Amino acid sequence: MSAVEVVGLRRDIGAVRAVDDASWSARSGAVTAVLGPNGAGKTTTMECLEGLQRPTAGTARVLGSDPWRAPAEHRARVGVMLQDGGLPVTTSARRLLDHVARLHASPADVAGLVERLDLGRVADRSIRRLSGGERQRVALAAALVGRPEVAFLDEPTAGLDPHARLEVWDLVRETAGEAAVVVTTHSFEEAERLADHVVIMSRGRVVAEGSLDEVRDGRPLEERYFALTSGGRR
Amino acid sequence: MTARPSPARPTGPAAPASAGRRWLAQAAFETATILRHGEQLLVALVLPALALLALSLTDVPDLGPGRRIDLATAGVLALAVVSTAFTGQAIATGFDRRHGVLRFLGVSPLGREGLLVGKLGAVGAVITLQVVALGSMAAFLGWRPELVGVVPAVVTVVLGAAAFLALAMLLAGTVRAEGVLALANLVWVLLLGLGVLLPTDRLPDALTSLARLLPSGALGDGLRLSLVEGGWPLTQWLVLAAWTVGSGAAAARWFRWSD
Repeated sequence: MSAVEVVGLRRDIGAVRAVDDASWSARSGAVTAVLGPNGAGKTTTMECLEGLQRPTAGTARVLGSDPWRAPAEHRARVGVMLQDGGLPVTTSARRLLDHVARLHASPADVAGLVERLDLGRVADRSIRRLSGGERQRVALAAALVGRPEVAFLDEPTAGLDPHARLEVWDLVRETAGEAAVVVTTHSFEEAERLADHVVIMSRGRVVAEGSLDEVRDGRPLEERYFALTSGGRR
Repeated sequence: MTARPSPARPTGPAAPASAGRRWLAQAAFETATILRHGEQLLVALVLPALALLALSLTDVPDLGPGRRIDLATAGVLALAVVSTAFTGQAIATGFDRRHGVLRFLGVSPLGREGLLVGKLGAVGAVITLQVVALGSMAAFLGWRPELVGVVPAVVTVVLGAAAFLALAMLLAGTVRAEGVLALANLVWVLLLGLGVLLPTDRLPDALTSLARLLPSGALGDGLRLSLVEGGWPLTQWLVLAAWTVGSGAAAARWFRWSD
């Protein structure tokens, strides 16, 4: 069974149909990249899977459960990195990560995560004083500190410098050794280097889904992406 | 970044800490966040302490019959409750909502119920510290509360904190963060004169009835009746309970988790 299953998902926000009859899945032990232009419905789909939004129709299932109002036992198995961070800005990264770790029965080693993401130098600074890239890494650490079986990472490398991006990719790949990792991204390079499985969304619909090679279909991912999302490169 | 060992991966499936541990952790985290935050400490302790000094060292405004330090202390304790349960919580929650903190913690093992329990615990802990600090200072200035009024005063503080926390959640969950900041501070100033520091019977007739129906009047008058006269402020408790139920229901209905 897939760790993440989206079947006929529809989500209306007011008069706008943000997600329209979307179906795709993600399995454990793999990285699934969800690509699409702004407004394609990527974040809305992720939020339905995280339990932050309730589908209008269709189903979103994670580890066999409905994430909407799911109990703590389910939430502990799912790591979430939100697009807007979700970080309390008046506290320090170390204090926040120690706190999130205390919400879990057997969390990852916070000191190890801090070191791995090169946050040691800034871990005791107030989060509001961190750069955008440093905040991204704190949010990633907060998503992974519970050793999730499924991790939803919304644009995990946005704003990172090339060195930080490589390290985050390594950590995401490592996490996918024992978990299902779903990342949203605008980066073709990221999808090609990270993903085992690719979902392309456009205007709320899934326009391609499959292994990286299936979706590329012998051509560069970028070319396929533009062909699928706008009928050609703008 | 350099190649380093991956974070240790303990054995066993991912699972939440027990509910009690999660709630205690959140209450401790929120309490420490308040106590580390200079602006919150200013509103929670420094301004009430200055109000206590000012009221005890002057004879204006008129606080009515009774020992002035006793009346002033009861009002300042009411102010401390409003500062922490309403102003501090409304602003902190408004900005946590803006920054996505409520959404992140809401989908963590803590969950929405844990967020609320954590707030209740933190507000309770900080008010306890305020009562000890301001009460000690007042005792040094000559405060002698009616001992038979201590139990009803504690009930009044609990009901007042519940009413103002419910109002804070309603404001923080329905208005943008900048609006919450402005409104929470404005309300704090207005309520000083609507029953918190100034007894409702010292107000102009037209305002007295209104102030008695406000949570500020009920909390301030309730604490004065308990601590100065040793009475049981049943009417004020009813007013505070009504505000708690009304604001709590409205917050449950209209609270939005994202800004």
